[in-house]
Amino acid sequence: MTLALWLLLGSPVVGAATFAMLGARPRAAELNVAFSLVTFAAAAALSVRVATRGAMSAGGEQFFVDPLNVFLVTLTAFVALTTSLFSRPYMRIETADRRMTPGRLRLYHCMYQLFIATMLLALTTNNLGLMWVAMEAATLSTVLLVALYRTPASLAAGWKYFVLCGVGIAQALFGTVLLYIAAERALGASGASALLWTHLDAVKSQLEPRVLSIAFVFLLVGYGTKVGLVPLHNWLADAHAEGPTPISAVLSGLLLNVAIYAVMRCKVLAEGALHSAWPSAMLMGFGLLTVVVASFSLWRQQDIKRLFAYSSIEHMGVISFAFGMGGPVANFAGLLHMTVHSLTKSAIFFAAGHAAQKSGSQLMDRIRGLVTISPSVGWGLMIGALAILGVPPFGVFASEFLILTTAMRTEPWATPILLISFAVAFAAILQRVQPMVFGETRLRRLPHSPALLPVFTHLLIVLMLGLFIPPFLADWYRAAAQLLGGG
Amino acid sequence: MRPIDWFTQALAVAVALAAAPLFLGWVNQCRAWLQNRRAASLWQPYLGLRKLLHKDPVIAREASPLFRAAPYVVFAAMLAAAAVIPSMGTRLPMGAAADAIVLVGLFATARVFLALAAMDVGTPFGTLGARREMMVGFLAEPALLMVVFVASLISATTALPVISEHLALRPLELSPSLAFTGVAFTMVLLAENARIPIDNPATHLELTMIHEAMVLEYSGRHLALMEFAASLKLLNYACIGFALFLPWGSATGRSGPLALALALPALGAKLALAGAALATIETVSAKLRVFRAPEFLATAFLLAVLGMLVHLLLGD
Amino acid sequence: MIPPLVMQLLDSLAALLLLLSFAMLAQRRIVTLVDLFALQGAVLCAATLLLAWRTGEVNLYLSAALTLSVKVIALPRLLHAMIRRLGVYWDTDPLLNISGTMLVGVPIVVFAFGLAQPISALASTATRSAIGIAIAVILLAFLTMITRRKAMSQVIGFLSMENGLFFGAMCASYGMPMIVELGVALDVLVAMLVLGVFFFQIREQFDSLDLDRLESRREAP
Repeated sequence: MTLALWLLLGSPVVGAATFAMLGARPRAAELNVAFSLVTFAAAAALSVRVATRGAMSAGGEQFFVDPLNVFLVTLTAFVALTTSLFSRPYMRIETADRRMTPGRLRLYHCMYQLFIATMLLALTTNNLGLMWVAMEAATLSTVLLVALYRTPASLAAGWKYFVLCGVGIAQALFGTVLLYIAAERALGASGASALLWTHLDAVKSQLEPRVLSIAFVFLLVGYGTKVGLVPLHNWLADAHAEGPTPISAVLSGLLLNVAIYAVMRCKVLAEGALHSAWPSAMLMGFGLLTVVVASFSLWRQQDIKRLFAYSSIEHMGVISFAFGMGGPVANFAGLLHMTVHSLTKSAIFFAAGHAAQKSGSQLMDRIRGLVTISPSVGWGLMIGALAILGVPPFGVFASEFLILTTAMRTEPWATPILLISFAVAFAAILQRVQPMVFGETRLRRLPHSPALLPVFTHLLIVLMLGLFIPPFLADWYRAAAQLLGGG
Repeated sequence: MRPIDWFTQALAVAVALAAAPLFLGWVNQCRAWLQNRRAASLWQPYLGLRKLLHKDPVIAREASPLFRAAPYVVFAAMLAAAAVIPSMGTRLPMGAAADAIVLVGLFATARVFLALAAMDVGTPFGTLGARREMMVGFLAEPALLMVVFVASLISATTALPVISEHLALRPLELSPSLAFTGVAFTMVLLAENARIPIDNPATHLELTMIHEAMVLEYSGRHLALMEFAASLKLLNYACIGFALFLPWGSATGRSGPLALALALPALGAKLALAGAALATIETVSAKLRVFRAPEFLATAFLLAVLGMLVHLLLGD
Repeated sequence: MIPPLVMQLLDSLAALLLLLSFAMLAQRRIVTLVDLFALQGAVLCAATLLLAWRTGEVNLYLSAALTLSVKVIALPRLLHAMIRRLGVYWDTDPLLNISGTMLVGVPIVVFAFGLAQPISALASTATRSAIGIAIAVILLAFLTMITRRKAMSQVIGFLSMENGLFFGAMCASYGMPMIVELGVALDVLVAMLVLGVFFFQIREQFDSLDLDRLESRREAP
């Protein structure tokens, strides 16, 4: 079954190489979908394997798959697939508007596949050093995409993204070095095996606590920059707003998840070594701060993609807070929230991208009356916004409800803060989205037909997860939640 | 105290008095050679001093007693410093009473009197020179103290003779912290003795001078004392440098007359080398604008601090 | 066991790295900044070689070769070429004046030494006392990055940070696993290539690599 793993990692790499060599071809978008489909099939096969026969490792233990990461692998491959489906018509319209040239399209497809490859590598590798390499590569592959339109704003956003994430990731490398020092001591072995997570996990209680605590701070700051935790969130909104919409969707829906995953892997080790809960407390503190700052920042936003980028920051805060609380229920809720957030948020970005294309601007004041121009985009945006705000039957409601009830039990002081922030975010987003969807407009219906299959597929799954979580998925979450420990 | 220690002490003072103008003459000679000029005689500073001593001093009408007293105070401070510095032997009866911090204090006293005297008459140049001198001093003093501290950290004392002895007797090793402080000390030496990157001893161009501006009002024996004090200061700094960074060759511990007899040529050789090095530095570097002087001295201070940090960290 | 003379040499090289970090902090000419960076790489390479010779670790030889080829030869060449083509030679008026930056640098070094204490207590290598210097190099490079206005000097600061990380790994555990070091070196190289492309795009748009201008454009509607 290692074949599925090689296929999973190989398909996007081959895809990137193909696009780099072939250049802009008329059927490139379809090819992009095909590669993503192969990746998704491999991910599905892998998840079936893990679900039936448990964790596995491959490539001389350099790669391993357990319930925690296989779930994220599947989610990543799925959203990558739907995003590639969405990007086909989206990019066609961009080309018609002369915002995309064949050269840029080639770069876009190549980097898109490379980005997916780096994320999958970061998820499946067992080597914490390689995980770092993959995270850095993920930044590098998206820097040029964020600056794809080469407008002053997009170049500034790309630069900010590069510098902040570069500095952050350098801190993470230092944390990794420290981890390696502690690991060498505990494992009594040096070389490539000393950074293997499975080995470290086995001896985590013998790792030197003081070194591990310093290492964890560096790792949290480093990978936390990528998660977008306040005060390291500055790059996120700009990068989301200025890049092409499919990239905003995968950045928000996938990269942030992968970064959280990296933080969690490190947190498990740190907590095991320290025999205390302060890594969790730090995660909780940063999470709560992020929720509060992001939800109040929502009020100041003028740009539709920036608005939802801040909403992503807020949700990353919620997830960090949930994992910080730890324990089976909160971890379960955190994982569920990761799933529904990435599905909903990418759906919203799809809809928002089309909305911006139809009105010719990303400024929310210029987007009006989407229901008249294009009912499907309008309703997609409205439903997506309601879903992300945690309106009942949707999945976000279920996960937020679980997080809040757990917080009431274990961290009662945090509950009012969370509730107020949710209310602020609710009001901020709804008062922005409502006129965009239902307001008066003078624009006529445009000829392009939007690609809304991905939007509604995502929203449907989110709705379903809110009403009923299928038993295999619940088992899966439980197994993954157990791996995360804490509480 | 053994009699030989008192003899060492007397010899140190005598040698300092005799060698100071000679050292200055040697530096000037080297500089002239390096700049393809015909050098003046090695004894030129002595001739200059003799000439000045034979002249009557002219004193401004507004000058206060301070103006007259200053040359004697400055000269006395430099002579006292020369007595404390272990230039040839480390067992100095007076050195036990005065440590490195007192040394820095003596230099500061001389500087304060020099600056006060420069402002006393009230000419613009004197005030300008004094202001600049105080700025340089204010920046150079912490750097010098930091240099001394590094050496003190290594030998766990602030008494200069003991530091010097400790450094001379320990096994030879590569010490990055001493290398850093050595560079820092050289920079302080250049700044404190009005040498080229900060001041030009050979200029009377109003806008750039520091030291010369301060002694502009002096003449006759007062000027002779001031110039003598300046050359003593240069020698003192050079000897501090030897004590810290080239302690080998001077008589250490309870050694007898033979070691002392060897220490004299050793000092001569070290001075000759140092003079040549100083002339080379002055020839290859350009004078900095006065506004850049703080940067130069901040670098010296930083180097000294780095020396200390490196010492604390690497424990060498 | 490493003989004392080699230890002292290693310590001196470590001290030199720290000195070069301060020199980079103070340097206003970008061309010189690149040279200082190359020199830092060379010192790092020399230290690695010396350690490799005394410990006989093959990994360290490879690491030294990697440092030499990437950080002493390839990257400085790339940077020099970029500077020539872009015409950025000076990074005047940094956010904090030079002396001020230096004075901030000193407490940073003290902090780094404090941070290094538990790590050097754990490490079993002969070079563990230099870990504090490695951390100081990292933090000073970080300071270089945040006090500069020109994109080019920020990038050099970033690369110098990487030097510090490598030196830290070397002191604490005789280097990271080879696969990780290779990956990191590859990432750094790719980052420079990406940045090269990026710089030219910025240049096209702004006629300058001054980041202030970048910011002000963004805020204007």
